[in-house]
Amino acid sequence: MNGSPRIGVVTFPGSLDDRDALRAVRFMGGEGVPLWHADPDLRDVEAVILPGGFSYGDYLRCGAIARFAPIMDPLVRFAARGGPIVGICNGFQILCEAGLLPGALIRNRSLRFVCRFVDVRVETSLSPLTEGLVAGEVLRVPVKHGEGQFVASADDLARVEERGLVVFRYCAPDGAIDDACNVNGAANAIAGVRNEAGNVVGLMPHPEHAVDPDLGPTGGQPMLASLLSRALARV
Amino acid sequence: MRHRFEVLISLRPGLLDPQGKAVEGALPAMGWTNVSGVRVGKHVELTVDAASQAEARAQVEEMARRLLSNPVIEDFRIVAAEAVRG
Repeated sequence: MNGSPRIGVVTFPGSLDDRDALRAVRFMGGEGVPLWHADPDLRDVEAVILPGGFSYGDYLRCGAIARFAPIMDPLVRFAARGGPIVGICNGFQILCEAGLLPGALIRNRSLRFVCRFVDVRVETSLSPLTEGLVAGEVLRVPVKHGEGQFVASADDLARVEERGLVVFRYCAPDGAIDDACNVNGAANAIAGVRNEAGNVVGLMPHPEHAVDPDLGPTGGQPMLASLLSRALARV
Repeated sequence: MRHRFEVLISLRPGLLDPQGKAVEGALPAMGWTNVSGVRVGKHVELTVDAASQAEARAQVEEMARRLLSNPVIEDFRIVAAEAVRG
């Protein structure tokens, strides 16, 4: 109606950050559309966010049960049509479990839940969150997770690197990759990856918690601006 | 006929197992300084109603592959318990 892109945010039982994600979308000028895990379709949105939280109590493995929620069928078809999809934290875990993204997320190297701001370095502009950004840019965003250590088989990891599928890496404030800044022990300090087609991206940090300058760093703003512009292109 | 199975799920060799490491780190404090290679996995028990043991096992294999384990990070092993009557 008003020309702003419609961004769907899926609520699973146990999602926590769905409201923050909807608020962040509106803050950035988009229309936030609440979606429910049992919905049969995506209500004609132009992009979808799978938010953070503990869907289905993280039973079995993080994201393992959510992956079979009814809304995942239309979501997989949306992905195949090139629809922009962002998985944040638990949403990232769900996308990996669903096979829409490579790799998996396991318990943090420290065995501790981490909750702090981190710096991430943009590795590619070919993703729904980094369009208009330049590789090497550093963004400050928060993380809060117990199981965020990205891992993949040696073959998958090699493919992810060779094909340029890494979207974000944990880094020092100046962009240097330093093991001390790798908050969860992720392979190659990977904080976010995309699929081959470049329309599905997952990351452990939370851009939706970093848009409002009244609340702290705003590293999430350029990420969500990118998502909105990608979505707008589909209106 | 109902068939009882146990599915043993373990992190793939070579993948760092932080839980195993934590347990291994705690054992020496209790006096066991001779333990290494601790890995923590999952154990799922289930009963499948099927015509034959082979058919039931094939179904459990698929369950293990598609839901109970994540092939990216985990291996699984299926152990059949005796058939459950009734």
